[in-house]
Amino acid sequence: MLRTHHRALVQGVGGLFAEILVLLAFLLSATSQCFGGPANPSPANIFRPSSTPADEVFRISLFVLIIAALIFAVVFCLLVYSLVKFRRRPDDDGREPPPVYGSNQVELAWTVLPILIVLVLFLATARVIHSVEDAPKPPEAVEVIAIGHQFWWEFRYPSLGVVTANELHVPVSDPSYPTPTYIELHSADTDHSFWVPRLAGKTDLIPNRTNNMWIDPHEVGIYVGQCAQYCGTQHAKMLLRVYVDTKEQFHQWAQEEAQPARAGDPVSEGRRVFETTACINCHAISGTVADGQFGPDLTHLMSRETIASGAALNTPENLRLWIHDPEAIKPGSLMPAMQLSDQDLDAVTAYLETLR
Amino acid sequence: MSSDSIALNTAVESTRPIGDRLHDWVTTVDHKKLGIMYILYALVFLVIGGIEATIMRIQLIVPHNHFVSPQVFNEMFTMHGTTMIFFVAMPIMFGFANYLLPLMIGARDMAFPRLNAWSFWLAAFGGLLLYFSFIGGNGLYGAGGAPDVGWFAYAPLTARVFSIGHSTDFWTLGLLVSGIGSIGTAANIVATVLCMRCPGMTLGKMPLLAWMNLVMAGLVLLAISPLTAAQIMLSLDRYLGAHFFDTQAGGSAVIWMHFFWIFGHPEVYVLVIPAFAFASEIIPVFSRKPIFGYPVMVAATVAIGFVSFTVWAHHMFTVGMNSYANSFFTISTMIVGVPTGIKIFNWIGTMWGGKIQFKTPMLFCIGFLLQFLIAGLTGIMLAVAPFDWQLGNSYFVVAHFHYVIVGAILFALFGAFYYWFPKMSGRMYNERLGKWHFWLFLIGFHLTFDFMHIPGLLGMPRRIYTYEPGRGWDIWNLIITVGVFFQAAGILVFVCNLLWSRVRGPVCTSDPWDAWTLEWSTSSPPPEYNFAAIPVVRSRRPLWDIKHPEDPDWKYE
Repeated sequence: MLRTHHRALVQGVGGLFAEILVLLAFLLSATSQCFGGPANPSPANIFRPSSTPADEVFRISLFVLIIAALIFAVVFCLLVYSLVKFRRRPDDDGREPPPVYGSNQVELAWTVLPILIVLVLFLATARVIHSVEDAPKPPEAVEVIAIGHQFWWEFRYPSLGVVTANELHVPVSDPSYPTPTYIELHSADTDHSFWVPRLAGKTDLIPNRTNNMWIDPHEVGIYVGQCAQYCGTQHAKMLLRVYVDTKEQFHQWAQEEAQPARAGDPVSEGRRVFETTACINCHAISGTVADGQFGPDLTHLMSRETIASGAALNTPENLRLWIHDPEAIKPGSLMPAMQLSDQDLDAVTAYLETLR
Repeated sequence: MSSDSIALNTAVESTRPIGDRLHDWVTTVDHKKLGIMYILYALVFLVIGGIEATIMRIQLIVPHNHFVSPQVFNEMFTMHGTTMIFFVAMPIMFGFANYLLPLMIGARDMAFPRLNAWSFWLAAFGGLLLYFSFIGGNGLYGAGGAPDVGWFAYAPLTARVFSIGHSTDFWTLGLLVSGIGSIGTAANIVATVLCMRCPGMTLGKMPLLAWMNLVMAGLVLLAISPLTAAQIMLSLDRYLGAHFFDTQAGGSAVIWMHFFWIFGHPEVYVLVIPAFAFASEIIPVFSRKPIFGYPVMVAATVAIGFVSFTVWAHHMFTVGMNSYANSFFTISTMIVGVPTGIKIFNWIGTMWGGKIQFKTPMLFCIGFLLQFLIAGLTGIMLAVAPFDWQLGNSYFVVAHFHYVIVGAILFALFGAFYYWFPKMSGRMYNERLGKWHFWLFLIGFHLTFDFMHIPGLLGMPRRIYTYEPGRGWDIWNLIITVGVFFQAAGILVFVCNLLWSRVRGPVCTSDPWDAWTLEWSTSSPPPEYNFAAIPVVRSRRPLWDIKHPEDPDWKYE
């Protein structure tokens, strides 16, 4: 009942303001779009929601913005009016204005009125808090465990047997047959925060604590976001990409990701270098001896469009540079420069290029 | 530095050797000298903190900029926040409280003059200790310089695994030491206001500034203690193997957040309530009317004081609290809007029907009113927990709290500077330069902080040292940085005005504003021990009663 009441209020009383604000939101999104390069098909904007939790926030935010705009208009006019009307004139007679010490009626009015506004705002807010936080998980939901690391994201799909990094794949959710994604949030080291503005508000990843959030993206596409809780030197380049696939694409992707690494040439020079240097202390490639846990799983590295948590596109040149000198791409990253010879560097890069 | 720029006004004083005068300042227990030292000390740190902010804004002016390294950027925002809160805003408020309270309540000094000096020197050494980290923070490990953990230093980033070297220790100890000084000053303010008022000045006849500083001091007593406790616990974690916040050993990162914000949110009111106090003294004088609704203003201040202790977890809406906790902190935070709204209306009520003079102090107070209104409204937006899930930790929040701290608190402070400068120095400032300062700073402020809301809406988180092009943030960051230079120009005009007027400004009378509170009844600057004879008051505007014996306030209040 509250929900309909709230909607009626938005559509009725504040319709005009809502339109102005939506216009503003579109202007904002227009600017963000004209700056958008090919690498970012869908710039972040909290006023362009594409998932129920973000949409709920969008609607309550419009409601709050309208009320705030009304309060601002009233108080601003009062302030400007009194400044203009009661300014000292050049022909002032030098007499003091009559002192007024207060007025119980007026002060009561401007105490009670704000209390009523607060009450309305609170009720509307509590409804949204409840509907987002306490939403029951449907059996069709996809379950993901997200683990924040300095300075990258680990994603595990326990029921699908998939482990990947930095690029989260989820199925699109049809409102008539919802397949939301429920994300369990952990941290391996410091605090992080999962924030993809078009899909949902942010939720922190805190060590020794399990948090939960959910998204049900309505449109296929790539959604960008990034870590929103300062987590150390390279907090800035802990970027986040969510790929919303069609259901078929998603299942195909999950099937491929669940496979061990394609064998390729088992005695390739690159694989030998990889498996005999410190690479395997941190990185895992399933089906090989590499089973490190500190860095991203590389089993299907080539299925990802970016490396270094979104800091660079996944091209052979960038990959080689990243192995040679991570500081060049992401100063302060925990990946060490491996000090490989040019020959070994080429070999390892070639090997990684086979991990599809 | 302080000794030669602020000399006493008598010929005897100015001919004494500089060593003697310096000795006077270092050993003084006089509330006026300590107040001025607090203020000058805070102004020095204001410039330092401003330089740190400028470095950050230059780094962010274009995407992928290489002006500073990520490490340096992280040190800059940590030091900027820590400096501005603990070594600018608090000491400057303590400075004004120290200088003004005894004068306004008709006392000859603070209740505990030596505690006062001790508190100042602790605060001063705390600041020096923090800044020594630039030299000493390396410790034995060759890592870090200044602290880089953010001004709220969330665990476990402060654990030794993640923060090697001693930079975090300088942060911890610097705040610990200055925190003890803050407690001393707060106790002193409470005792002074409660016990040192002149005859006739009942609690209901105190100037609002005294009331508000009393509430501020009460907040300091209650809020600094949990911070001090948390700093001690953190040091135990780092050096004695305790595990309060050490998540690797089962400690809790969230407990640190609770400790920090049960300090951190009341701290906002510690800073803004004195700003309210300035506005509540300045607006009536330049509107030529008594404050509108004095009892309600007092009640609203006390109410804010109480409510401010129930709202801390609105800084933690994203840490995964359940829906009941989020709802509670939503309503408690929104409730703060009621007493603050009352205050805004009462200030407008004070101007209503008056004869407003647009002198520099009043201009700054009008800026304060307008900007505090907007800050309050964005605060209501952030109080809406779901909206905060989007806005929290984004540039929207950065814009919001700078609207509070710069737009409201600093504007009110500048108003206070110009208003009481004649009292403190005995000379009048230059009105034309004052207006230049106001307009430059106003333009710069709005360029920077109005546009700063927008990248937050477009998904830009705070504390990132760089960003990629093509996310719609470029143009806004450019405008934000341009605004910084206007603000810096304003500050430059302000400093020049203070220095020039201190030396060359026209000598002014004891009461240049035709004001009504007791500090204007003694000479400018006031003599040692302030009043030859302790005044006796009958109303909230004792000087009005003297100037208008035919129509005194005490007949009506």
